[in-house]
Amino acid sequence: MSASHTHTHAAHGHDAHHHDDHHQDAGPHSTLSGYMVGFVLSVILTAIPFWLVMGKVIADKGTMALVLGVFAVAQILVHMVCFLHMNGKIEGGWTLLSTLFTVVFVAVGIAGTLWVMFHMNANMMPTHAPGHMPAVEQRAP
Amino acid sequence: MTEHTPAAAPHWLLGRITWDSIPMAHEPIVLYTFLATMLGGLLVVAGLTKFRLWGPLWKDWICSIDHKKIGIMYMVLGLVMFLRGFADAVMMRLQQSMAFGESMGYLPPHHYDQIFTAHGVIMIFFVAMPFVTGLMNYLVPLQIGARDVSFPFLNNFSFWMTAGGAVLVMLSLFLGEFSTAGWLALSNLGAQNPGVGLDYYIWGLQVAGVGTTLSGINLIVTIVKMRAPGMNLMKMPVFTWTALCTNALIVASFPVLTAALVLMSLDRYVGTNFFTNDLGGNAMLYVNLIWIWGHPEVYILILPCFGVFSEVVATFSRKRLFGYTSMVYATVCITVLSYLVWLHHFFTMGSGATVNTFFGITTMIISIPTGAKIFNWLFTMYKGRIRFTVPMLWTVGFMCTFAIGGMTGVLLAVPPADFVLHNSLFLIAHFHNVIIGGVVFAVFAAINYWYPKAFGYKLDEFWGKCSFWFWLVGFWVAFTPLYILGLMGVTRRVSHFEDASLQIWFLIAACGAGLIALGIASFFIQLFVSYLKREQLRDVTGDPWDGRTLEWATSSPPPQYNFAFTPVAHEIDAWWDMKKHGYQRPLAGFQPIHMPANTGAGIVIAGLSTLFGFAMIWHMWPLAAASFAATVLASIIHTFNYQRDYYIPAAEVAATENARTQQLAAAHV
Amino acid sequence: MSDTHTLPAGAAAALAPRQYHLAHEPHPENGTALGFWLYLMSDCLIFAALFATYGVLGRSYAGGPTGAELFDLPLVALNTAFLLLSSITFGFAMLQKQHGKVGGTLAWLAITGLFGLCFLGLELYEFQHLIHQGAGPQRSAFLSAFFTLVATHGLHVTFGLVWLVVLMVQIAKHGLIRENQRRLMCLSMFWHFLDVVWIGVFTFVYLMGVL
Repeated sequence: MSASHTHTHAAHGHDAHHHDDHHQDAGPHSTLSGYMVGFVLSVILTAIPFWLVMGKVIADKGTMALVLGVFAVAQILVHMVCFLHMNGKIEGGWTLLSTLFTVVFVAVGIAGTLWVMFHMNANMMPTHAPGHMPAVEQRAP
Repeated sequence: MTEHTPAAAPHWLLGRITWDSIPMAHEPIVLYTFLATMLGGLLVVAGLTKFRLWGPLWKDWICSIDHKKIGIMYMVLGLVMFLRGFADAVMMRLQQSMAFGESMGYLPPHHYDQIFTAHGVIMIFFVAMPFVTGLMNYLVPLQIGARDVSFPFLNNFSFWMTAGGAVLVMLSLFLGEFSTAGWLALSNLGAQNPGVGLDYYIWGLQVAGVGTTLSGINLIVTIVKMRAPGMNLMKMPVFTWTALCTNALIVASFPVLTAALVLMSLDRYVGTNFFTNDLGGNAMLYVNLIWIWGHPEVYILILPCFGVFSEVVATFSRKRLFGYTSMVYATVCITVLSYLVWLHHFFTMGSGATVNTFFGITTMIISIPTGAKIFNWLFTMYKGRIRFTVPMLWTVGFMCTFAIGGMTGVLLAVPPADFVLHNSLFLIAHFHNVIIGGVVFAVFAAINYWYPKAFGYKLDEFWGKCSFWFWLVGFWVAFTPLYILGLMGVTRRVSHFEDASLQIWFLIAACGAGLIALGIASFFIQLFVSYLKREQLRDVTGDPWDGRTLEWATSSPPPQYNFAFTPVAHEIDAWWDMKKHGYQRPLAGFQPIHMPANTGAGIVIAGLSTLFGFAMIWHMWPLAAASFAATVLASIIHTFNYQRDYYIPAAEVAATENARTQQLAAAHV
Repeated sequence: MSDTHTLPAGAAAALAPRQYHLAHEPHPENGTALGFWLYLMSDCLIFAALFATYGVLGRSYAGGPTGAELFDLPLVALNTAFLLLSSITFGFAMLQKQHGKVGGTLAWLAITGLFGLCFLGLELYEFQHLIHQGAGPQRSAFLSAFFTLVATHGLHVTFGLVWLVVLMVQIAKHGLIRENQRRLMCLSMFWHFLDVVWIGVFTFVYLMGVL
């Protein structure tokens, strides 16, 4: 599949140059305790939401949704830290920065879409208005 | 309005391809295009054969993972597709200047719809994006003192995926038809219009989109990881900063395009109900998602262009760029803010006053950092020793043109104004104003500026100036009438008008298009004449403009490895700093240089993906399954290749550097 | 190898000579981990678009069945367990890799793959059951969004499994060389990322879907 160029390989001990790569290539150091803590926390943070819903523990839908959301965020953070070894030092902080960037864009995209579409539905598609009665909106001229 | 849909059952192998799919049989314009293309293609093949160029073409270009070659290939792709896109524009101008009242013009509406769709799709995805990607590919490693990008194979693969998308779009000319739904497929959603046109659009964009996203990742990692020692972020050239922000936008926005197109594909192929009118679908959701991508996209196009102008202005004013820090902050602000304005593309869809107000305000805010940049360029020029070379002309032309286009944008940002002007010719004039004034002018400035670096000789000044003036005057003659027509209420995407009093404006616009055509012709003449005069125009020093950034430290063209020794940066405008301190090139002590190896895997995998897209368009299920499997298999086989690099021997490096030393010595005689 | 600095005649004496090349050619850091992470961020955005779509269309039942009627939460809990277990077994494989044990790494990778297969199998069973009931993706916008979001995640898991098998072959063939370690690192990130997305899926789609 690949057509490598036929350049003579310099018989260089280039492995010697790469030994300093090992430190960064090995990636973040995992530990058994790190994984076990993450696993146990994840199990707890999964079991509780399932119990809450299956047992119909919280009556109010809004509150329940909020609580579920909080548990989800918490577990995502556990995964990020314990399994994905996210911290501000790895890769010079660029993974953290790109993650924050992404989180912001995801939040804007999802929240923005929900906000925009809620208003669109309320104004333009009355039969599709979600759930409760749409508020009286200023109609576009 | 559906075309002749064959009533026959789909063929097991050929899917829905029938004899009717070949439009040449009944459309003379397409027939002539086909004949011309065939002729041109045969000439190219003949030329390649006669000069025995097939081997070098495959080995040195198609398989190349060298960022410089890939950058040049992107530019060539952009230029070729530009001719097609411009041909579409000319056809539209012609139709709109003659179709009034009784006269229906020469293009039936169905054909006209395909032309404006193709014009938009090609210009954005296969002209502007390749140009911008090509520039970033060529320049970023050189500007940061690196030898190549972080993922050279991926770079090659990305290019061929973009080319694959272009192939699919071009193929629609001769087999089947193209989409009639506009460049964003807003008006023709989901299961409506089951013809192949929309599928060509979808798969062309999906294939190209993969290439673009991977290219975005590639350049970000390159800038983060491969900067020369001493070049911290606030010492990078401004073009590299804009490249970083652009690629962040690419990675952050193209996935949304992918998702939106997937959802539309599901509606078409599987019968889901995302954007249908019944069973709970919501067509407005598509509009929302596509513009969440669409707005960052236009900033992806313009930010590198701002970078180009920053470099050109500083060099030809013989002054350091004014306000480097504020330029960087302005770029980052624009990057973030571009994610908060998308609804201004559909103020009129009905989200109401609250939502419209929020997005109207954010849209107005985003013009501020851009304004800051314009002031920085002006302050750079102030009290500088300006040389009005061709790139500088394009830059000044840009500042005037783009500023006005930007202001019409701020006008459109006011929702009540937009309610009158949405989808009118005023909008068309606005975005052409900023895209031509911004992106096209920047590309011409960049080509004139960096051509000597890439090819070893400057471009002819006279024809460059001709091209500039034809473009500048031609643009304003072509689009000012459209502003006027838009204010009068004329809508876009209309192929025939009843009101004959509008005709004069369209005729003037057509004249403008003619002037632009002369500008394009001048540009090609410039390329040809420069090639003929290349010995007179030869650049031996590698630094024909007395530049400021590291790419000018190399020979013209640079050697494959860019820098024999990786430079150390001390200040902004690293090369200027080196010259100021009397830097001398090292003449001895060369080491073997570690380089990535060329490979054919990129074009093979991209070719199989393109074949998959083609099969999906035509519902050729066995071929689709086979090509998909082959794509995956080819990728897996590629991963079994661990030997992807080699060393350039020290002797070869020495020979190349010595040759340059001699060339420089001869130049100083 | 360092260059000589001959300042041009008349240059200010204040311009002290500068080193423009290092004594040893610097090696750029390998960018694979960061590059793959950025790819994961782009994947995040695809899922974000799908989640947004589900958020908008998630109650558009079109008179058809709702989440409360369709979702089998114990089954989802079991699937979540499979995925979570596969995450921890992948972690064990990474620990084996750190100790340089090829056999141990391959064993834990195989177990991870098995859990992944169980997850997929159960998900396919769930889909088949829903379609059989007339609650397929064509029934309503809610179901279109549900199937697309969950199936996209499932497709990613499938792709991850194919990658897992290929990587196991490559490790068996070449051992835990640097390149294979990098690839393992990437697959590890991919696998855990899929678990993160699943958290979003089971919370916002299944659990909130039955409310």
